[in-house]
Amino acid sequence: MSDKTKKTGLIFFPAFDWAISPNHPEREERLLYTQDQVFEEGLLDFPNIVEYKPGIATYADVNRCHICVPDAQNLTTSSHLISAGGAITAAQKVLTGEVQNAFALVRPPGHHSMLVAHGARGFCNINIEAVMVEYIRHTFGVRRIAIVDTDCHHGDGTQDIYWNDPDVLCISMHQDGRTLYPGTGYIEDFGGPNALGATINIPLPPHTSDEGFLFALDNVILPILDEFKPEIIINSAGQDNHYSDPITNMNFSARGYALLNEKLAPDIAVLEGGYSIEKALPYVNVGIILAMAGLDYSHVREPDYDERRIRQSPEVTRLIEQEVKNVMTLWKKKKNLKKQITGSAAYVRREKNIYYDTDEIVEKQIETVRVCDDCGGLVTIESAADTGKRIFAVILPNGCCPECRKNGETFFDRVNGAQYHHVYFQDRQKDIFIVK
Amino acid sequence: MILGIDVGGTHTDAVLVQNFQLIKKSKVLTNQAGIVSSLIEASEKLTSGADACNIQRIVISTTLSTNAIVQNKTNRVAMVLLTGPGLAPAALGMDKDTYFIRGYVNHRGIPAQNVDEREIEEIGTEIAVKNIRHAGVVGKFSSRNPQQELDTAKILESPSRHISLGHKLSGQLNFPRRIATTYLNAAIHDIYADFVEDVRKFAARIGPEIPVYVLKADGGTILLDQSVHSPVQTIHSGPAAGIMGILATTDMTQDSVALDIGGTTTDISVFADGVPLLEPSGVTINGRKTLIRGLYTKSIGVGGDSVVEAAKDGLTIGPKREGPAAVFGGRTATPTDAMIVHGVAHIGDMQKARDAIEKIAVKLKMSVEDAARTIVEKTASLIADQIRMTIAEVNNKPVYTIHELLEGKIVEPKILYVAGGPAALAPFIAKNLGCPHSIPRHFEVSNALGVALARTTAEVTILADTEKGELVISEEGLIRNIPRHFSLSDAIDTGKAVLREKAVSMGARPEDLAIEVTESQEFNMIRDFCTTGKNIRVKVQIKPGLIASGAER
Repeated sequence: MSDKTKKTGLIFFPAFDWAISPNHPEREERLLYTQDQVFEEGLLDFPNIVEYKPGIATYADVNRCHICVPDAQNLTTSSHLISAGGAITAAQKVLTGEVQNAFALVRPPGHHSMLVAHGARGFCNINIEAVMVEYIRHTFGVRRIAIVDTDCHHGDGTQDIYWNDPDVLCISMHQDGRTLYPGTGYIEDFGGPNALGATINIPLPPHTSDEGFLFALDNVILPILDEFKPEIIINSAGQDNHYSDPITNMNFSARGYALLNEKLAPDIAVLEGGYSIEKALPYVNVGIILAMAGLDYSHVREPDYDERRIRQSPEVTRLIEQEVKNVMTLWKKKKNLKKQITGSAAYVRREKNIYYDTDEIVEKQIETVRVCDDCGGLVTIESAADTGKRIFAVILPNGCCPECRKNGETFFDRVNGAQYHHVYFQDRQKDIFIVK
Repeated sequence: MILGIDVGGTHTDAVLVQNFQLIKKSKVLTNQAGIVSSLIEASEKLTSGADACNIQRIVISTTLSTNAIVQNKTNRVAMVLLTGPGLAPAALGMDKDTYFIRGYVNHRGIPAQNVDEREIEEIGTEIAVKNIRHAGVVGKFSSRNPQQELDTAKILESPSRHISLGHKLSGQLNFPRRIATTYLNAAIHDIYADFVEDVRKFAARIGPEIPVYVLKADGGTILLDQSVHSPVQTIHSGPAAGIMGILATTDMTQDSVALDIGGTTTDISVFADGVPLLEPSGVTINGRKTLIRGLYTKSIGVGGDSVVEAAKDGLTIGPKREGPAAVFGGRTATPTDAMIVHGVAHIGDMQKARDAIEKIAVKLKMSVEDAARTIVEKTASLIADQIRMTIAEVNNKPVYTIHELLEGKIVEPKILYVAGGPAALAPFIAKNLGCPHSIPRHFEVSNALGVALARTTAEVTILADTEKGELVISEEGLIRNIPRHFSLSDAIDTGKAVLREKAVSMGARPEDLAIEVTESQEFNMIRDFCTTGKNIRVKVQIKPGLIASGAER
C-alpha cells in the first residue's frame, strides 16, 4: 500500500426490498449492478476499505433538522430511517477516527427534502445529509461544515434547511434550473440575510462534460472551501450527471467523478440521485470508492465510454467560464451585501411556493428571519399545504444569541394555537423539540 | 461400516463407525514425508480381521493441499486474465507468468469486448517455450458468462497442458479471489493427482470397489475421483474436520460456540441452530483470499502454552509461545502450568509448574495459589472476550434488505463446547460467558468421527436474465436459453435439479440430499420506464452436516 491510501468506511445498503413504486426509478434494482461491480472488483477485501452495517436513525435525529408535518413517524418508513442511519454511521466512523473517510452508499436519497416537510418531493422524504449534519453537531460539537452537492439536480432541500445558517456552507453544482427539476439554484440564491455566502449555486449548462465540472471545482468550489475553512466536508454525491443518465442531460464520466472526489477529498460522501443504474452507477461508484481510498482508479471506464462523443462544446465552455466568474464576483462582495439587502429592517420575509412532485402536494410558506449580527437568527415559518394542514414553527439556530432566544421563546408562548394544526418549537442549540 | 481417517499436522486418527457408534479407533504420528503411509498405519489396526469386508465407504481428510501451498511445493502456473476495466492490473498481483488479454463481459455477462485469438495463440506458444504445463484462465464476471473463458481455454488447449477455469470453481463474484482460487487449483494439481493415485492403491488394499471420499473445506465430502478437477476445495480440511467432529460427538441443535484450544492458538467456531457457519466470501490460505467455500473459524493467539508474563500493567498471556509448558520442561510459565498449580489439571511434574508460577507470583506480589488462579481466570477471560467479539462480528455482517436488517437472525450462543486441548479451562470460560459448557464424547478422535460421518455438500448459483433470455450456472459451465416468462420459482426448480445431479455425481446418497435455498431474489428490470425483463438470482446448497441415519451404517 502506498502512502496515498486512506482508510475508508463503506456503508452499503441497497435496500433490495424497497421501492417508491414498482416502475419508479427509485426501486429495488437501483444498486443491484453497483453491488455486482463492487463485489466483483473485490473492493471489500482491501485492507483499507471496511464495510459497516447502517444504523437506524431515530425520530429525535429527524426532528433536529426537520419540521415534519404532522410528525416524523408519519413521514418516514424504515427505509428512510435506515438511509439516514447509514449516513449517521458514516459520520460516526469518521468522527471517532475509526476511518479517515466514509461513503454512505444508501437509498432512498434526501437532498430535496426541505426544513418543513409535508411529504415526499424529488423521491426524498427526509434529508439524510441534514439529519447527519445535525447528528454530527449534536454529538461531536463540530461547528463549521461544508456540504458540496454534486447531484445533477439542485440540492434545494439542503439549501432550504441551511439557508439561514452561516456555519453550514451549501454549495450546489447542478444542471441549470431552467432545463431541469426542481427549477431552482441560481447564482443569486446566496443565503439568508445572516448567512450570505453560505449558500453557493453553480448552475451548469446541459452537456457539460468532465472538463466543465472540474473547471467549476477548481475555480469555485475549492477556493471557496479554502476560505470558509470547514472542519468537515460532505459530498452530497448524486451520480446523475453521468452521460448515460436517463433523466438529465449532462456528460460527466466515471473517471471524472473519481477525479472530482480525489480533489474534493470529502470526509463523508452520501449517495443522492443517479438513475443510470446499469451503465453509470457500477462504474461511478467503483471510481468514487477507489478515489476515496486513495487507490488507482485510472482503469475505471464505462464499456461505451467515448471521450470525443461526450466532450462539451466550446459554447458550453464559454458559458461555464462566465458562470464561474459571476459566482466568484458575488462571493468577493458577500461582506457588503447584508446592509444592501436588509437596510434597517429587523426581520426579513421570504415567501415560497413548494411543490411536492412525488406526493403531489402544494405548500405555501412564509419564512421570517430576525436580522442578527450575533447568530444565524431566529426563524419562524408559517406553512399551509393543500392537504389542509396548517402549521407554525419557531426555530432557534445553533449558537443562538440571547436576544433571538428570548424573542423565539416569546413567539412560541404567544402564538395563537387555534389557527394551526400544530405549532413546533425546534431549538437546535439545546436540542429541544416541542409540539403543541 | 465407515472408515474415517483424519490426517492432522501431528497425529493421524482413524475410526470405524457403524450406526453412528464408534467401533474401533487408532492414533498414530503423522508421517509428513508420506501421507499415504500414515493412512496405512492408522487404518491397519482397524481393518485387520473381519471388519475389513464390511467397510462400505472410506472418508479421509488431508493436510496435503494446505501443506503444498504453505510449503510452496507447487506447479509453475501461467495465468491468463481477461480483466476489462476497473481495478488496476497492478492491484491484482502480477508476475512474469501473468498475461492480461483483451476481452471482457460486463456485470450482466454481456460481452463488451471480444477476445483476440491471435493474442491467445501467441501466449500459448510462449508458455510452451517457457515449459509451463499449468494454466489458469480467469475473466472478470466470468461467473455471469463463462463463454470467453471457455473460448480462451479452447485456444490454449494442448495435451501436455492442464487448464483451470475460474468460473468452474465458484459462482460467486470477486475477481481477485477468483484469480487466487484458480491459481491455487492449478498450482496443486500435480501433487494432488499423485496423492489421488496413492489413495486409490491404499483403498484397493482394504477391499475392492469401496468408494473413497475426501473432506472439503466446507465440511462436506466429495468422491476422490471427482476431487481431481478441483483439488483446491480440499484445502483447510483440517479445521473442517474439527468442526464436523463437534457435530458428530454432540447432539447440537442450538446456537453454540466451540473451541479447539491448542498450544499456540485457540480456534473458535460458531454454529447457528446447530449448523456450522460458513466463511462469508471464502477461506484465506497463506494470506491468499479465495472463493473456496469453507467453514468459519477464527484463530486467536492464546493457547495452553502461551507465554505468561507479569508486566507493570498486569498479566500478559500470549500471543508468543516459547516451546512447551514449564511442566514439560519449557522455560516460561504458561496457562497449562497455572491449571496444574490451581489443581484443575493433573499432568506432568507439579514442581516444575510451581516453580514457573512462583516467578510470576513474586512479581505480582501474591501467593503462588492466587497467581495460578489469576492466570487461569485471565486466560479464560481473554478467550471469552474474543468469543464475544467473534459473535459480534458474525451478527454485524452487512445485510442488504430492510427485512434482514430489522428481523435478521442474531446468533446467541447457548452452550460452549470445548473440543480440543485442556478441558480444565472450559468451566472458567463458560462462567465468564454465562452459559453452560460441555466436553464432547470421544474427544480424542472426534475429528476422524466428523470425517467419517460428514455428508456430501454442494452449491450452485443461478442467474436468470429474462431480458437476455439466458440462464447461467457458472460452476457447471451451463448456459441455457429461457423464455420471457421464466420465474423465480422456475429458477429455484432448475437450481435444485442441477444441484441434485451435481451432488449425486460427487457421491451423495439420495437420503442425504438436504437441499436448501440460501438466496432468492427477483428484480424487475426497467429501462426507459418500461419493464424489459427480470433479473433473478438464486443460490441452492446442501448445507454441511452429518449423513442421515439409516440402516446401512
